[in-house]
Amino acid sequence: MSDPPLHRRLGLQDDEYERIVATLGRTPNHTELAMYSVMWSEHCSYKSSKVHLRTLPTEGPAVLVGPGQDAGVVDLGDGVAAVFKMESHSHPSAIEPYQGAATGVGGIVRDIVSMGARPVALMDPLMFGPLDEERNRWLFGGVVAGIGGYGNCIGVPTVGGELRFADAHTANPTVNVLCLGFADVDRLVTAGSGSPGPGSLMLLYGASTGRDGIGGVSVLASATLEEGSDDSRPSVQIGDPFAEKLLIEASLAMVEAGLLEGLQDLGGAGLTCALSESAARAGLGAQVDLDAVPRREDGMEPFEVLISESQERMLAIVDPAHLDEVRAVCDRWGLPSAVVAELVEGGGLMVRAGGSIVAEVPARSLADDGPEYERPAEAPPGDDVEDPTFLPFEKDLADAFVTVLTSPNVASNRWAFEQYDRFVQGNTVAGPGQDAAVVRVPGSLKGVALSTDGKGRYGRLDPYLGAVHAVAEAARNVSVSGARPLAITNCLNFGNPERPVVMWQFAETIRGMRDACLAFGTPVTGGNVSFYNESGDSAIDPTPVIGMLGLLEDHRLRVPSAFPAGGLSVYLVGDTFPELGGSEFAEVVLGIVAGAPPAVELTAEVALQGFLVAAAGETLLSSAHDCGDGGLAVTLAECAIGSGHGFAVTLASDLPTHVALFSESAARAVVSVDPTGEDRLVQLAGDHGVPLLRLGETGGPRAVVDGHLDLTVAELTDAWEGAFPRLLGERA
Amino acid sequence: MPDAPRVGVVTFPGSLDDRDAMRAVATMGGEAVSLWHAEPDLRDVDAVVLPGGFSYGDYLRCGAIAARAPIMGSVIAFAGRGGPVLGICNGFQILCEAGLLPGALIRNRSLRFVCREVWLRVESSGTVVTRGLVPGEVLQVPVKHGEGQWVATDEQLARVEDDGLVAFRYSSSDGILDDEHNPNGATNHVAGIRNPAGNVVGLMPHPEHAVDPDVGPTGGQPLLASLLEAALAGAPA
Repeated sequence: MSDPPLHRRLGLQDDEYERIVATLGRTPNHTELAMYSVMWSEHCSYKSSKVHLRTLPTEGPAVLVGPGQDAGVVDLGDGVAAVFKMESHSHPSAIEPYQGAATGVGGIVRDIVSMGARPVALMDPLMFGPLDEERNRWLFGGVVAGIGGYGNCIGVPTVGGELRFADAHTANPTVNVLCLGFADVDRLVTAGSGSPGPGSLMLLYGASTGRDGIGGVSVLASATLEEGSDDSRPSVQIGDPFAEKLLIEASLAMVEAGLLEGLQDLGGAGLTCALSESAARAGLGAQVDLDAVPRREDGMEPFEVLISESQERMLAIVDPAHLDEVRAVCDRWGLPSAVVAELVEGGGLMVRAGGSIVAEVPARSLADDGPEYERPAEAPPGDDVEDPTFLPFEKDLADAFVTVLTSPNVASNRWAFEQYDRFVQGNTVAGPGQDAAVVRVPGSLKGVALSTDGKGRYGRLDPYLGAVHAVAEAARNVSVSGARPLAITNCLNFGNPERPVVMWQFAETIRGMRDACLAFGTPVTGGNVSFYNESGDSAIDPTPVIGMLGLLEDHRLRVPSAFPAGGLSVYLVGDTFPELGGSEFAEVVLGIVAGAPPAVELTAEVALQGFLVAAAGETLLSSAHDCGDGGLAVTLAECAIGSGHGFAVTLASDLPTHVALFSESAARAVVSVDPTGEDRLVQLAGDHGVPLLRLGETGGPRAVVDGHLDLTVAELTDAWEGAFPRLLGERA
Repeated sequence: MPDAPRVGVVTFPGSLDDRDAMRAVATMGGEAVSLWHAEPDLRDVDAVVLPGGFSYGDYLRCGAIAARAPIMGSVIAFAGRGGPVLGICNGFQILCEAGLLPGALIRNRSLRFVCREVWLRVESSGTVVTRGLVPGEVLQVPVKHGEGQWVATDEQLARVEDDGLVAFRYSSSDGILDDEHNPNGATNHVAGIRNPAGNVVGLMPHPEHAVDPDVGPTGGQPLLASLLEAALAGAPA
């Protein structure tokens, strides 16, 4: 039996191979084929998603840089730019959780640095299979330790994220990482900011190049994981956070001194990507001297050097007049550096090694002319399972409440976030455990609010609504803190796009994201698509994770989530409908994931956001907390747990009690307000057309829902805080 | 009004909280002076802070390489002359590795990195960071470390306790010592150690992250205020 042809073994389709032959006018050699295989991989080329992504809104008054560069950039005013992006590192993490997650952090941080920005915050939305399985506990513990091990060691605080658990993530955990950076607007390094010309040099600096991560993007990120995937382990990169810290400081010193014409990180597809994208962006070609690349091992083939994904490397585009100064910065930080290429007229990328030409291809054809597919999409047949909203409920309500409160999707994430440094850099106004993290802009009163949200369960039941909910919840989380939502980044986690059902889920998700972003005026500044999250017959649910960025003009006006005192009046903002479809209650109490997710009235969401921001601006709100997983019951409990102040409320609802408590209707929040501010609050709600219902008061050691629930806040706290330690067997 | 005391903050490759320490010094009214690991010149500072981080990646024992950096000879001599020296987190590890303080810091008992706000009970007022504080007072300050469990040989431990060299212990908010409030399993709940003269202090918690109420607790204020006072006085308490 003969092996399949090389191009197929490298993950290229037959028609893609034909295109390469047509582009070159000849048969590609092995080195060239390797370069195309990584650049034209799904991960690098977005070949299945591009046609859909193009329909997203990407422009707005605050957007300085939209999709297509290393990260999106938003104008915060006063000459300060926020640079942010989210990425996945799910496939490597499934094979080696610590290194997979660690290098995910490293990669996204370099994306931010390559825009000329200092990384100031990280967030990590993570999804795993249920923790009663040992392998899932191993993956969970390893990923959390890897994020901490890397993030803590580079001095970038981890300020939030979320944890979710579902069977579908047993084979395929989802590991997303968002990084935020700040830059002076006039020091941004963007595709248009420098003016590299022929003769400009490309300086590779940072770690040396080894065989780690050969073909990471094509082997790992662009195909499904199968049994025996341990064989893929050599494709997982190994991180060195110390080198990354030096890389950050050296790169920012070069930017600060105005020494660079361009800056590119080395991530997926390694040097091939950095060289071809830099040259293509400049409208030029490059002469590459592969022998100049510092190696960490002998005997590497040219193709290995070209596609190695060794971590902690950057490529600077430098005018020869500044070369000595740039290399002096590298020396100060102890980083090896080498000129590996020179930009030249024409568009060709000519690679020399050992005295001969080993590759000669048009830079653009690698970077920009990858294939593009409009893959077939087909909706799956609907299921007829009864909507859980209308099932009779006869269990004990207090038991159900505690069951929901201790579900890992709801319970305190402290076990994880205490492994992350949230203090370093000294600007974390609100860290993990709040609806939105808030990071102070150094030297100003401004604060950036960030939230990451995405619920695979809603996506499974209705991918359109799943996406709308993800955007709406992220915007709500930002606006309950008092910040105005400005723009999003995203990470789109899906199964195999070659399956029509997955492609339909993807298309529906994009449609939902588009509608919500248009309604909220929050354009998409970039993001990442992670396909092939499936193994055998187990695919993850369609899970768009949205990273919403908002602006607080004065971070001191941030509204906390928890009741800060007794004697405050408690209001529910927004209407509650009978909507238990896809709810946390339905899953953990009834054991059903079915029905339709809650409807989302986009105008109601916009009104709620406007009301919350206005009320915060008038310092009317003592606290505000989004109603999400577990509905009103969990929201009230978290408001009390966060501060120790109890409450006594009445439901005043026509709905069955369990529906009123656990419905996950959208566009709602629970706020507390000083009694002296109540009249104004009611007036403001009227102005914004937002329904407002007075529930009761804060105070005392008990959490009381009149006639239905009566527990102590201490009991609730113990249940909520203790859930993870108990699940992980660390506490009886 | 006398000139603001000059407090040097050393940056090693891999230092992380160096800017934070400089900002905290400035917030408390001092003049922060950046010092570089490779340059022995202490630039006429009145006090030295070795900040937190992972110097040289901490790929050997934590602080072991930094303890041998060119600047450390000057820091050791400065300490020998009675100059105030504060080591925070990785800086504490460096002071132990440099032999300026007894004991060593090993992996947390949980084997996990821990980041949380803790309470410190002041054990000694005779140090450059506890001037004006009364033993038994408690201060809220964050910890964030993976290797912060202070350990010592039996002999060292006896001397440390007999000579009153414990500067701080982890406690509850009302000063009770128990396992629940010891974030890393440190022997005798030790959070910070002083030298006999009191001019060299190392502690795992981060006072520089506890001066600005907008971003954390404020238990670091009296410690840094004391350090500035000691720096101004030019001699240990």
